[in-house]
Amino acid sequence: MSHSATQPPRRSKTYREGLTPWLFLAPGLLMFIIYVLLPIFQSIWISFHDWDGLGEKVWIGLGNYRELLDDDSFYVSLKNNVIWLLLYLLAIPAGLAVALFLNQTVTGIRLYKSLFFFPFVISQVVVGLIFTWFYAPDFGLFSKLFEWLTGQQLAVLADERYVTYGIIVAGLWPQTAYCMILYLTGLNNINPEQVEAARMDGAKRFKLLWYVVLPQLAPATFIAMVVTVIGSLRSFDLVSIMTAGGPYGSSQVLSYFMFEQALSEYGFRMGYGAAIAVVLFLIMMVFISLFIVRMLIQERNA
Amino acid sequence: MTVAKKRLLGLVLSTFLIAPSVFAGEITINSDHSDPVPKKAMGDLIAAFEKANPDIKVKWNNFDHEGYKAAIRNFLTADAPDVVAWYAGNRMEPFVKAGLFADVSDVWSANGYDQQLKAAVPSMTIDGKKWGMPYTYYQWGIYYRKDIFAEKGITPPKTWAELIAASAKLKAAGITPFTIGTKALWPTGGWFDYLDLRVNGYQFHMDLTAGKIPYTDPKVKAVFEKWAELVKPGYFIENHAAIDWQDAVPQLVQGKAAMYLMGNFAVATMKDGGLKEEQIGFLPFPEITPGLPRAEEAPTDTFHIPAKAKNKEDAKKFLAYVGSPQAQSTMNATLGQLPVNNQAEKPKDVFLEAGFTMLSDAQGLAQFYDRDANAEMAKAGMEGFQEFMVKPDKIDAILQRLDKVRTRVYK
Repeated sequence: MSHSATQPPRRSKTYREGLTPWLFLAPGLLMFIIYVLLPIFQSIWISFHDWDGLGEKVWIGLGNYRELLDDDSFYVSLKNNVIWLLLYLLAIPAGLAVALFLNQTVTGIRLYKSLFFFPFVISQVVVGLIFTWFYAPDFGLFSKLFEWLTGQQLAVLADERYVTYGIIVAGLWPQTAYCMILYLTGLNNINPEQVEAARMDGAKRFKLLWYVVLPQLAPATFIAMVVTVIGSLRSFDLVSIMTAGGPYGSSQVLSYFMFEQALSEYGFRMGYGAAIAVVLFLIMMVFISLFIVRMLIQERNA
Repeated sequence: MTVAKKRLLGLVLSTFLIAPSVFAGEITINSDHSDPVPKKAMGDLIAAFEKANPDIKVKWNNFDHEGYKAAIRNFLTADAPDVVAWYAGNRMEPFVKAGLFADVSDVWSANGYDQQLKAAVPSMTIDGKKWGMPYTYYQWGIYYRKDIFAEKGITPPKTWAELIAASAKLKAAGITPFTIGTKALWPTGGWFDYLDLRVNGYQFHMDLTAGKIPYTDPKVKAVFEKWAELVKPGYFIENHAAIDWQDAVPQLVQGKAAMYLMGNFAVATMKDGGLKEEQIGFLPFPEITPGLPRAEEAPTDTFHIPAKAKNKEDAKKFLAYVGSPQAQSTMNATLGQLPVNNQAEKPKDVFLEAGFTMLSDAQGLAQFYDRDANAEMAKAGMEGFQEFMVKPDKIDAILQRLDKVRTRVYK
């Protein structure tokens, strides 16, 4: 009898600590499994096949990867991805600079802030179009300016030497705004007493920024870093809108290369596209793991 | 039973009977006639067909042009309509090979279309069977500024030497001979096709685009040597890789360039830009290898019946109707293109008439590089053509790369 009397509370305890969290997690977890985890494994599975999306899948093992290593376009894309990754990071100091500049109380500062934030609000497609016109030979603002200054014409988007940089500049415009807003919120949370104290101790300008303000902005910097790195690896829309990978494939990045091989009008090589996706995934995984490890360490310390 | 009750019963019944909702006498058509003019032409065609066949109802799903290319792969395999719009030549080949299009040879033979649509027979036939119904095509050629030619005393060139001479004269006068916009790659295909058709002829070009001839063949290199005679002296506008084909038209309108190798659809854009009809001239691509039978570029648009169509009987009636002279006359009058049926009325437009005459005695019709060649090959090829037009000295590296793609694609 005593046996049955002790049972209900124990059951409710296991219920609370065992099943309940899972029940609450279930909807999200289900979505995550269906829309994120399963497709990852499916992609990896497809990358071992030769498949046009219609007929039978043919198992070719590592064939796609072997071909990838022998494909010039792959190296061009990889190189461009590295350039993107490095130069895109400029958005962080640029965003910080704009945020520091805007972090003051002047009449109409809200308007200025919104104007600076504007490029992030508009779609990447619109940004791409604006910059395409900006660079357009004959009538673009940039081309006109360049011609006036040097007497020569420069079609940025048609020149394999400059095209990637031209697109990155377009990408930096909204990304800077994004970093700016992250830093502006960070600056709001700065402890004024610490700044005051530092001032009294005679810290000025750069020293004040470097030793007092920046450490307090570390969380904002971390988030800005994460979104910028991942944003640079996903750079797809701008490339697609501004050049479609051209001229002759010289502004390709991995994400666009994958799309072109697997899904575009001239593609439908699902296996090859999946192999590119897997490579991109592995590269991203390096960064994502670094960030996650850092985050876990921080949480443990806190 | 009151009327309301009857209606209710009808409603209940219809919900229960929803499964066989595709009753005999209804066909579904999926197409990409999304631009205003094709949309009107297609709407009129369907209305006329329904009038001629009162027992058949047409349900038409109109897709966006770009989205359609991806969508067709899905609906052909999953939920096939009864009729789909697509393109002739190797563009339809993957669907035919995958068993997704139905053989419609009987529609051709029953209506005498083997004779009436003779021009399109080669591009509609795979393995000796016909897989669709062509309804329109249009010519390609060199559109030039008549007034500029007259002012500079240039007669429309008929041979390659004359074309080079005319180009040199224009260039000396400060006018770029050719305008082109290669950002979307395909305009380069027109140049390659015509040069290959004129240097090596129709059969060679078809074999090349079918992957039977290596790109490293000296005959292919000869094509690029001819092309280089225009590229190296700067006879094409600068920065063409940055602009689309429409953005190349203003050069012609402003008189900065004098010629444009394009499809007939460009005439409308030229007129919109402000050119008058008498300012625009049309000339067939000049002869290069003397005595070679003349073949032309004429991309053909088609209708097909998916293999999984539910109502093939009525779909065939629709295809038969689309092939008929009267349907093609009306439709192409709206489209501003050429009817494929040789019994159809001749077009009244001066450029179409020129095209009609040119195509009717051509030895063969090419479908355009990105429809004749396999899609992957086309992409790599046109990228190579674009690179060649910027850096003509890299030709050997480009051709080797193309052949690498060819050996992989056509294994």
